[in-house]
Amino acid sequence: MDSQAIATPPEQEHAEHPPYLRHHFATVEQQKETSTFGMWLFLLTEIMFFGGLFAAYLIYRNWYYPAFVAGSHQLSIALGATNTAVLICSSFTMAMGVHAAELRKRKELVGWLLATILLGCVFLGIKAVEYREKWEKQHVPGLNFSAEGFTRVDPNYPDDKPLAPDMAAKTVVYFSLYFAMTGMHALHMIIGVSILLVLVVRAWGGAYTQGHMTTVENFGLYWHFVDIVWIFLFPLLYLISRHQ
Amino acid sequence: MSEPTHKEVLDSEPTHHEEHIVGPKVYGIIFGSLMVFTGLTVAASYANFGVFNAVVALAIACIKAVLVILFFMHVKYSSRLTKLTVAAGFFTFLVLITMTMTDYISRAWGMW
Repeated sequence: MDSQAIATPPEQEHAEHPPYLRHHFATVEQQKETSTFGMWLFLLTEIMFFGGLFAAYLIYRNWYYPAFVAGSHQLSIALGATNTAVLICSSFTMAMGVHAAELRKRKELVGWLLATILLGCVFLGIKAVEYREKWEKQHVPGLNFSAEGFTRVDPNYPDDKPLAPDMAAKTVVYFSLYFAMTGMHALHMIIGVSILLVLVVRAWGGAYTQGHMTTVENFGLYWHFVDIVWIFLFPLLYLISRHQ
Repeated sequence: MSEPTHKEVLDSEPTHHEEHIVGPKVYGIIFGSLMVFTGLTVAASYANFGVFNAVVALAIACIKAVLVILFFMHVKYSSRLTKLTVAAGFFTFLVLITMTMTDYISRAWGMW
């Protein structure tokens, strides 16, 4: 109250403001700009975080190239591509949700958010199928790993030469990075779906369709960011080593 | 005409941007393009371009990421502050990656 009295010209003092406009902002526009700015700063820290993993992948791939190629051949391109499509669909439904909030359409917003949750869960389900396959093939570093298979020719890639035992042992580096990167990505998806559940409940109550939708918009930024991470993970982990 | 109010002055500040609602049509086009590029990158991985497989795959990924950032994340319609923030972030990221890789890009290729 005191700082407010100092900061604003007297003729304006305690102007009426809608409940969603915080006291220290002059306009909704200014409030929105501030929170978008803050959200992007957070996303930049996320870029640096995933960027570190990408840099590690880049360097180790150069060091242990044959091991990374052999490791990559163990992934299913079909499942990876399906998951990419699912995630792009979920980004589309999220964008449409933000659009519905802008138009103040409550039921449409809830519908799009539910669709996004569903697609997010489909992605995680497919990911779980892939992880299960890794477990069965003994490709989980630290828990259940054997490099022995890589010293023999893989029937799916008959042109591949079997790896020498010391290089085969390095496939553990590929799978460690695979689990670190897709695991951190999946964690972000789980957090995203959890937040979406809260958003759906609040959206049903009309929280984002009465003139204030910054929360939905900023969550959309987060969701699209997670999509972008996958857009890079998919080619790097699944695709680029097909032919070597 | 009366003096502009405090609120109107603030609304004309540089952080202000036109309230722009992106329509379903734009989202649909971007969604379609992303799907096409996904198909393209999978198809390209089955062709053998040698070292250029990685280049092609990463180029397509970059195009897809830019589409998502500009349209789904509304950066194309955002204020200059937001645009500068995003651009500065990616630039810093590229600097960090390049510095990390200096040893590799400045010495004989493939000799490490």
